Amino acid sequence: MNTQQDDILMMQTIERYLDGTMLPDEKAYFEQLRKNTPEIDQMVVEHSMFLHEMDEYVVQRNFRNTLNNVHSKLVAEGAINEGGLLPAQGKVVRLYNKYKKDLLMAACVGGAIVLSIGSVLLYFSPSSKSNQIEQLSKDIANIKYNQAVQSTMIKQVKSKLPVDYTPVNGGTGFLVDGKGYLVTNAHVLRNSNAVIVSNPNGNEFRAEIVHIDAVNDIALLKIIDDDFKPLKSLPYSINKSGAKLGEEIFTLGYPKNDITYTQGYLSSKTGFNGDTVTYQIQISSNPGNSGGPVLNKNGEVIGILSTRQTQADGVTFAIKSRNIYNLVDDLKKEDSSLQKIKMPSISSISGKDRSSQVEKIEDCVFAIKTYKSRQ
Amino acid sequence: MKVDINEQALLKGLAVDDSKAIETIYKENFTMVQTFIINNNGSYDDARDIFQEAMIVLYEKAQNESFVLTSKLNTFIYSICRRLWFKRLQQMGRFSNQIESLEETVPVEEDVEFREKRNAEFAIMDRALNSLGEPCKSLLEGFYVKKIDMQALAREFGYTNADNAKNQKYKCLMRLKKLFFTQYNIGE
Repeated sequence: MNTQQDDILMMQTIERYLDGTMLPDEKAYFEQLRKNTPEIDQMVVEHSMFLHEMDEYVVQRNFRNTLNNVHSKLVAEGAINEGGLLPAQGKVVRLYNKYKKDLLMAACVGGAIVLSIGSVLLYFSPSSKSNQIEQLSKDIANIKYNQAVQSTMIKQVKSKLPVDYTPVNGGTGFLVDGKGYLVTNAHVLRNSNAVIVSNPNGNEFRAEIVHIDAVNDIALLKIIDDDFKPLKSLPYSINKSGAKLGEEIFTLGYPKNDITYTQGYLSSKTGFNGDTVTYQIQISSNPGNSGGPVLNKNGEVIGILSTRQTQADGVTFAIKSRNIYNLVDDLKKEDSSLQKIKMPSISSISGKDRSSQVEKIEDCVFAIKTYKSRQ
Repeated sequence: MKVDINEQALLKGLAVDDSKAIETIYKENFTMVQTFIINNNGSYDDARDIFQEAMIVLYEKAQNESFVLTSKLNTFIYSICRRLWFKRLQQMGRFSNQIESLEETVPVEEDVEFREKRNAEFAIMDRALNSLGEPCKSLLEGFYVKKIDMQALAREFGYTNADNAKNQKYKCLMRLKKLFFTQYNIGE
């Protein structure tokens, strides 16, 4: 007899013992055996526990089955509802449903609202805790959003977007040359192959990617839209030398659909873990702020807002502005058509009060929306 | 606390799988729970899931002869669902501060924890059974879940006699036991 047969015989015996079908003599013998052989005793205990678990499993499974049947039956009878209107629903749900209807109507009128809801959702969505650093672009694809609805909305508002493109990301960018050259973060453009930028008035322009520097996280875009009117000069300058510790700074960006102003101060000349390419700034930033200009009180751009530390409040990092010079200078060597890029070196808003500075600057700060073609 | 005689009768019915009693409890309490879940960031599926968990708590409690409801039935169900849902939101990392707490609740922490333990055991057994493969899975389900006798099972599965089927059933049971205890002792 092999050991498996032994085991089976043993199990059979234990089961007969447990369900009480043993004859008295055999039972007495078996109990004696249990007493004298700890292994057998252990097997009995283990098997009894296992059978008990099986029983409970079976009971629970049957009851779950019953519940599902009852549920389906009650839904069919109309005694309970799923998906439709709730008969005794709370106020919040009713308001929500009412609002939802308005929302759909409004969305038909102006699809932009839809996008703003997307960004609000994003704003409240929990950030991943595993990463210490978070890029501040708006990952639209991550929100569970009905893309079918969205694409019809986009068509309805006659966006500049070609058909069959789906939104990927959002961020901020700013002009470094009035002819339409914009700077933003490379990570804003990730996984996309079409870019639309829009100014604070909501006018949209098509843009093309001139260069992406993934290492320094800078990208250069050019507006290639006939509707875009080049600016003779930019109000701010791009700082070459470097910023001072404790300097007051501010930024403009698109964490939501409307341009948003926030201010703070320069807290360290190095970024995350001593990174010398970036500054550490203390400013409240949100997804969508990525790629925005960080300016000092003289109206000089000192950096590009790029990432924030997830575990600390307000700790944000900005790529130093001299990296923009480095990038553009390199590109000029490679591409003669870029020779004409001239970055502003004098700020015309130095000494003005903040609101008039912002008024001048905001026309040069664009919301960036990236898209990819649908396969 | 005044105990509703009608509700005690419903629980007695529930304990013995009386379909009328189950339907009545379901019908009278489901919408309340659904409203609560949906008002607090849940979906229709979440509502169904959480409510059915609460029904199982009630079902298991009702099996115990000495169990007496110390609150109204709907308060008890609401309390269980509220606690379960709150825990689930926490597990998902969605800390909601809008959990409505205007309703009357009774302490149910122990019941909920017991349920969670049972649920984990259920999941282990379910996984073990599903990873057995055929014909073991169907054979054991036939015998233990559907309670079909060995003779009929042998015919259904094409064994030449009941003894062979029984032998096979024990082999399967041994494998299931091994799978179950490996998981069980590691813990979830």
